[in-house]
Amino acid sequence: MQHVSPIREPLVTGGKTYHDITEDVCRQVEAKPNARWAAALAVALVGLAIFIYSVYRTLWFGIGEWGLNKTVGWAWDITNFVWWVGIGHAGTLISAILLLFRQKWRTSINRAAEAMTIFAVICAAMFPVLHMGRPWLAYWVLPLPNTFGSLWVNFNSPLLWDVFAISTYFSVSLVFWYIGLVPDFATIRDRATGPIARRAYAVLSMGWTGSAKAWSRYETVSLILAGLATPLVLSVHTIVSMDFATSVIPGWHTTIFPPYFVAGAIFSGFAMVLTLMIITRKVFFLENYITLEHVESMNKVIILTGSIVGIAYTTEFFIAWYSGVEYEQYAFINRAFGPYWWAYWSMMTCNVITPQLFWIRKIRRSLTATFIISIFVNIGMWFERFVIIVTSLHRDYLPSSWAMFSPTIIDIGVYVGTIGLFFTLFLLFCKFFPVINMAEVKAILKSSSEVKHHGHAATMHATEKGLNTNRHHNE
Amino acid sequence: MNKKFVLGIYDDEDVLLTAIENIRAAGTKIYDVFSPYPVHGIDDVLGIKRSRLPIVAFFGGLFGMSFALWMQIWMLGFDWPMIIGGKPHIAIPSFIPVTFELTVLCSAFSMVITFFIVSRLKPSLKVNVFDKRSTDDKFVMAIEVKDGVTNMDALNDLLRSNGAIEVNEKEVVK
Repeated sequence: MQHVSPIREPLVTGGKTYHDITEDVCRQVEAKPNARWAAALAVALVGLAIFIYSVYRTLWFGIGEWGLNKTVGWAWDITNFVWWVGIGHAGTLISAILLLFRQKWRTSINRAAEAMTIFAVICAAMFPVLHMGRPWLAYWVLPLPNTFGSLWVNFNSPLLWDVFAISTYFSVSLVFWYIGLVPDFATIRDRATGPIARRAYAVLSMGWTGSAKAWSRYETVSLILAGLATPLVLSVHTIVSMDFATSVIPGWHTTIFPPYFVAGAIFSGFAMVLTLMIITRKVFFLENYITLEHVESMNKVIILTGSIVGIAYTTEFFIAWYSGVEYEQYAFINRAFGPYWWAYWSMMTCNVITPQLFWIRKIRRSLTATFIISIFVNIGMWFERFVIIVTSLHRDYLPSSWAMFSPTIIDIGVYVGTIGLFFTLFLLFCKFFPVINMAEVKAILKSSSEVKHHGHAATMHATEKGLNTNRHHNE
Repeated sequence: MNKKFVLGIYDDEDVLLTAIENIRAAGTKIYDVFSPYPVHGIDDVLGIKRSRLPIVAFFGGLFGMSFALWMQIWMLGFDWPMIIGGKPHIAIPSFIPVTFELTVLCSAFSMVITFFIVSRLKPSLKVNVFDKRSTDDKFVMAIEVKDGVTNMDALNDLLRSNGAIEVNEKEVVK
């Protein structure tokens, strides 16, 4: 029985009991889909259709459908790849790193954040695979025997490290997510009334009964997986950054990249978690589980990582000047004042300036402001990758090969399409899987919930006002 | 053969923990306790030993690491040596990322697969749950009844005096 200081805000408000948690989380799994969900799914499916069409064009006519040219051989595809992988990182951070740090506020957001990780990695994986041009030969990135037709893969290449990093990351995240889902599937199974639902969740729950021994092992497995996922998540974006850092392109060849990319990944991931959770809590009436306290905690992570990213931008600029290498200096001057100045300054505004507004408590605790800023961060982080990739490539050592990049409609279609794919998957997850980890929220309920007291229960409204209306007052 | 169980239903984790201690102290063997979430401290009172799954994870990781190193050294160093970027054939530093990833992968998967096997978790349509509320909001303590040996009234009293809100009987068909 852990003690939680009374000045800490409760993580579950509204005087919930264990049974209330089950009811609140299972409601949207068991009920008929509501109109808002159906409308959202319809929009997402339009996005998915755009994705399918754009992929068809890319496969049928080839990479020429994209705006790439001889100078800018990597553009939106890799930008989107890095953007999506980065978004995925927040899920692992929440479920693994916050578990190791014993941060209890992770419990009500980790499920959805991990789902986001998995779907984001799926979207990310689309880009390098499509960029291969012949995705049906994608298995050639695996170490296959020489007799098969090609040589061994090149283990010195960061692109190959990426193959291993992303697939390990995807598999381990999926397993971590599934292990957490098993007890909750059992809860749904034991409540299910329809024969299909009962069978489906029985299979998914792997016969979980919640016996003490199984829980003991479950906790060990979660802890070790968290310990494994923590260096893993750091390694993934480190390796992604090495795709650039190990090359000799000015603006890419910097040692700052790994920490800078990891911070940026967490930054963008938290923004995406906030975007999703602010909508999810509203649509599924989960305001008592995903409270302002949760939003504020995430906003604090955004300030920290946003500031790290800001320092990284400044450091890069300084080091470019300090290095005395004229190509490096030109790359950075060109970023800020060259033809892509608008991308650079969009990045600076969205990533460096807007998150600093979260130093103000009122903004940090405002859902509308948080939602808007989270969108800004998502946009800013997309521009960051665009700036790093395109502005470095389009003008390198040889002025004769300088070129500009402009996306085609298919480029845009693939990108918008992955957003559709992502939301289709996320909405299906919201409907058929429990969006909140019921077991873990129940486990913190006793130590960190608002206590309901004889008629004058503290309501959501009271807690939103501030510190003093919480449990120690009611007790 | 059918097995009979007495189920003590609890609705509070602290009451449950004290009850387990008292009941075990009274010499009654507890078959199992089912709870909707991991109750902290239940391992100690039930006498559950620490899981040895981390050892599996360690050896899984060790295997992954050795395999990855062997694979890269053999492929690029012996089977088909090539000069890449002027580096030596066996360029250990650039083998580190793949080695690390495979270490993590093998470690995680060996542990998780072992977890499912030793906990006897597998996809199945029939699940024997003693009391369905144990995945919702109740803590269920199961005590096996041996015909002619167990004194049912005494057991009932013992459970109730230790805070059980309900005491039920359940027969499990083998």
